[in-house]
Amino acid sequence: MTLVEWSSNLLLTAFFAYLAGTLLFGGAVRGNKEGSFASESRWGRIAITVTVIGFLANLGYFFTRWAASGHIPLSNMFEFTAAFGMMLVGGFILIYFIYRTPALGMVVLPVALLVIAYASMFPRDISPLIPALQSYWLPIHVSTVVIAEGILAISAGAGLIYLLKNVDMKKKSKQRLWLEILMYALFLVLGFVVANSYFMLTDYEAAFDYVDKEGEAASVVYDMPPLFGMNEGVALDESTMEPIFEVPAFINGSKLTAVAWSVIVGTILYGLVRLVFRRRVAEMLQPLVRNTNSQLMDEVGYRSVIIGFPVFSLGALIFAMIWAQEAWGRFWGWDPKEVWALITWLFYAAYLHLRLGKGWQGEKSAWLAVGGFAIIMFNLVAVNLIIAGLHSYA
Amino acid sequence: MEQIKCQCGHNNPPGTDLCASCGRPLTEKEKRKKLADMRYEGSARRSQTYNKSIVDKVWNFFSSVKIGIAIIVAILVAASIGTILPQQLFIPAQGEEAVREYYADVYGSFGAVYHFLGFHDLYSSYWFQALIGMLGISLIIASLDRGVPLYKSLKNQRVLRHESFMKRQRFFGAGEAEPDALDASAQELENMKYKVRREKNGILAEKGRFSRWGPYVNHAGLIIFLIGVMLRALPGFYIDESLWVREGEMRAIPGAPGYYLASENFEVTTYSGEGDEEVYGEALEEAGTVVKDYKTDAVLYQVPEGSPPGATDNLEKVKEYEIEVNHPLQFDGYNVYQMDYRLNELSSMTFALTNKETGESRGELTVDLSDPQHIYELEDGSTVELIGYYPDFSGFAENGEPQTATPIPNNPGFLVEMTTPETPEGETSFIVIRETVEPFGENEYKLTFQSAETRDVSGLVIRKDVTLPILILGGIIFMIGVTQGMYFNHRRIWIQEKADGTVLVAGHTNKNWFALKKELDKTTETAGLPPAADQQEEAKQKEKEGENRYDVG
Repeated sequence: MTLVEWSSNLLLTAFFAYLAGTLLFGGAVRGNKEGSFASESRWGRIAITVTVIGFLANLGYFFTRWAASGHIPLSNMFEFTAAFGMMLVGGFILIYFIYRTPALGMVVLPVALLVIAYASMFPRDISPLIPALQSYWLPIHVSTVVIAEGILAISAGAGLIYLLKNVDMKKKSKQRLWLEILMYALFLVLGFVVANSYFMLTDYEAAFDYVDKEGEAASVVYDMPPLFGMNEGVALDESTMEPIFEVPAFINGSKLTAVAWSVIVGTILYGLVRLVFRRRVAEMLQPLVRNTNSQLMDEVGYRSVIIGFPVFSLGALIFAMIWAQEAWGRFWGWDPKEVWALITWLFYAAYLHLRLGKGWQGEKSAWLAVGGFAIIMFNLVAVNLIIAGLHSYA
Repeated sequence: MEQIKCQCGHNNPPGTDLCASCGRPLTEKEKRKKLADMRYEGSARRSQTYNKSIVDKVWNFFSSVKIGIAIIVAILVAASIGTILPQQLFIPAQGEEAVREYYADVYGSFGAVYHFLGFHDLYSSYWFQALIGMLGISLIIASLDRGVPLYKSLKNQRVLRHESFMKRQRFFGAGEAEPDALDASAQELENMKYKVRREKNGILAEKGRFSRWGPYVNHAGLIIFLIGVMLRALPGFYIDESLWVREGEMRAIPGAPGYYLASENFEVTTYSGEGDEEVYGEALEEAGTVVKDYKTDAVLYQVPEGSPPGATDNLEKVKEYEIEVNHPLQFDGYNVYQMDYRLNELSSMTFALTNKETGESRGELTVDLSDPQHIYELEDGSTVELIGYYPDFSGFAENGEPQTATPIPNNPGFLVEMTTPETPEGETSFIVIRETVEPFGENEYKLTFQSAETRDVSGLVIRKDVTLPILILGGIIFMIGVTQGMYFNHRRIWIQEKADGTVLVAGHTNKNWFALKKELDKTTETAGLPPAADQQEEAKQKEKEGENRYDVG
């Protein structure tokens, strides 16, 4: 095997280990009917062992890819997103050894799985570094950011458990609605992975010529059947299906198509689950977190922010500014990615002030933690793919 | 308002909740609380005391955490709005009118509204800068309002506190103790790295007080950072200039008087996908050409001291440097960055003066495009006079005069008068690449293009930022403050023996109560003191039991 093959096999190993870990942690938290936790420590031990093995394989992926490409594998959308998934698990392992919280594994590992699966939807070729990225600040800046985001995401995991446990599923409320919307959002990511994998396996491709927003001729290749056509798009192959909707030039029809397919497939999956089980998804998860300690989850959520916030300040703002000063001659340029890093930072600053100054604990704090994760994901997904800027990778 | 005199005789400033000397509650509100509010040590905060004059109102407004958070959220929302469409800075259109049209054309009516509201240049708008300014003011006032009284009260702490103060701490215990329990506990606390102070019948053990300053230190760091950012608006603090320099050319560095920069060579390399770069093969196939590196071999010169301004005849060489992305040339506080390039710009063009009928040549002339001459003399007395040079010819004006769009030789145009022994009164001709115009009738001679030479142009940016050290200092102070406030905590233990022999034990920490409890338990056990209980937990427990009873009832 070449290093590159080693690297992808190790990532695959990690993926399956996390999958097994999820199920094992699920087994660990169920406890028994009397609510005693005799099985928790035994199952928990097996689960964490499998997770740690997966994490080691994941690190193996990271370093073999580093060796193969000659630069830290944090330079494109696939690499960055995969590393984010890895740090999510890393952050969880750290917290697990401090607080022994198997329920957290049951929530964080599937999210990490989704993130890694999402990452794999992007081109996995090893790409060369453009001149601006050739600096020792690349490993310093990007790895600190990815570690910080992994830790901050743990707080959202703890928050989610807190909410699953404490939101009353029997009574109609805003909280119940939002929690279910959150579950639905996870299904949409799954929808993207399923739709994209299907069309990837069936080798779907449709090329179009179109006119871009500056009025110039351009071409694009769809890897999903075109629901939304590009501005004045013309299919290069006659057998291509006719796009159902035409969009104005400033909207990218091919990206909108990917979003639409994710929504369609995600909604179908979600609908099926609801039809089969006839219960809200959050309600189905509730028994799994029955035995968790709310106060501990609140504490874990807060601790993660306490650790993640300074690391994020350092990596996403301070190191970022130093590098920007060195590469572009200005430490700050209101590039969309920079702005969203600032927004994330301001958001967690608000979280800390609300918690320490206004006594926002428990449920309010948990919602904030989940909101923080949403901002991080927005920065990762939307800012890279939709809002173009200096940092757009894909 | 008057000073508040406590029962113990200490005079406290108006607005004090807990007497700074003995710790007795001074206000009715404070007396009603079961546990003392120790957040700011019960000290008098200006914002909680005065609310009459306009100054009070402004002070109170900015010192509020709620307002601070509101400002943070407002900045957050505003900043995100600015990313919906690209900012003016990032669009190709230039000029007010063109920008307005660009937003309307490309983004439709949404773009037009976005532009109308000024969101296309959001981050330099007055209201956005005002928001940042308000955040700065809030940081300063909120820190002073809390930090100063907190500092005073922690600095003047007394060892002996009134019983009511100790009873109203979260950790409290009272009861019999071993005979020399005070000595033993002082010893034990010292072992655990507490600073122990004794006074008559009491002990105050304290550690990690500096963690209480954390929030104020990190806010100070942010304030310093913001001041640095503000200073950049003043002239001289921030220089931002650009310079295009051609290979073999030397130019004065804008913004850096007395300095000159020469480019000896400019080079671009692209990824080959071979050898070491074989791993990039697939990615390169997908992306086409990817630039690996571009750099300028630069030489920096300086006018020697005492030379008359503008004299360039005896420049001193300062240094040679390869300017690359991520590796700027640095000198005297300036940085020269490699930002851009233009390849193969025309540098000179060679023409031959030929007879149109016979094709016979009267000689060649080479025009150096960066330094065109007025008259070119050929071998047999023929001359070519360059009447006009238009580096980037863009068409004729209404009066027939040729126009140039830029000073860059993208499409050079020459207005020439050719004189030969055969045509002594001269013939006028206008020449652009692949086209010749003869404005005053048919000519006998023409200039035929022979060859051209090109060179690369390096795009550099010159920046000097005097505020950088201030920004770095602010950043470092912020990180120190965050660390000291978040990862350390301030623990205090009070022990006091009353006249009747009962011993009181109380403990307080700003966070991590669990760790304090452990140290407190260790002390009371080793020294034989009465154990301290968590009064807050007890209260919660009672509340819960109360609820349960209600449920049953």
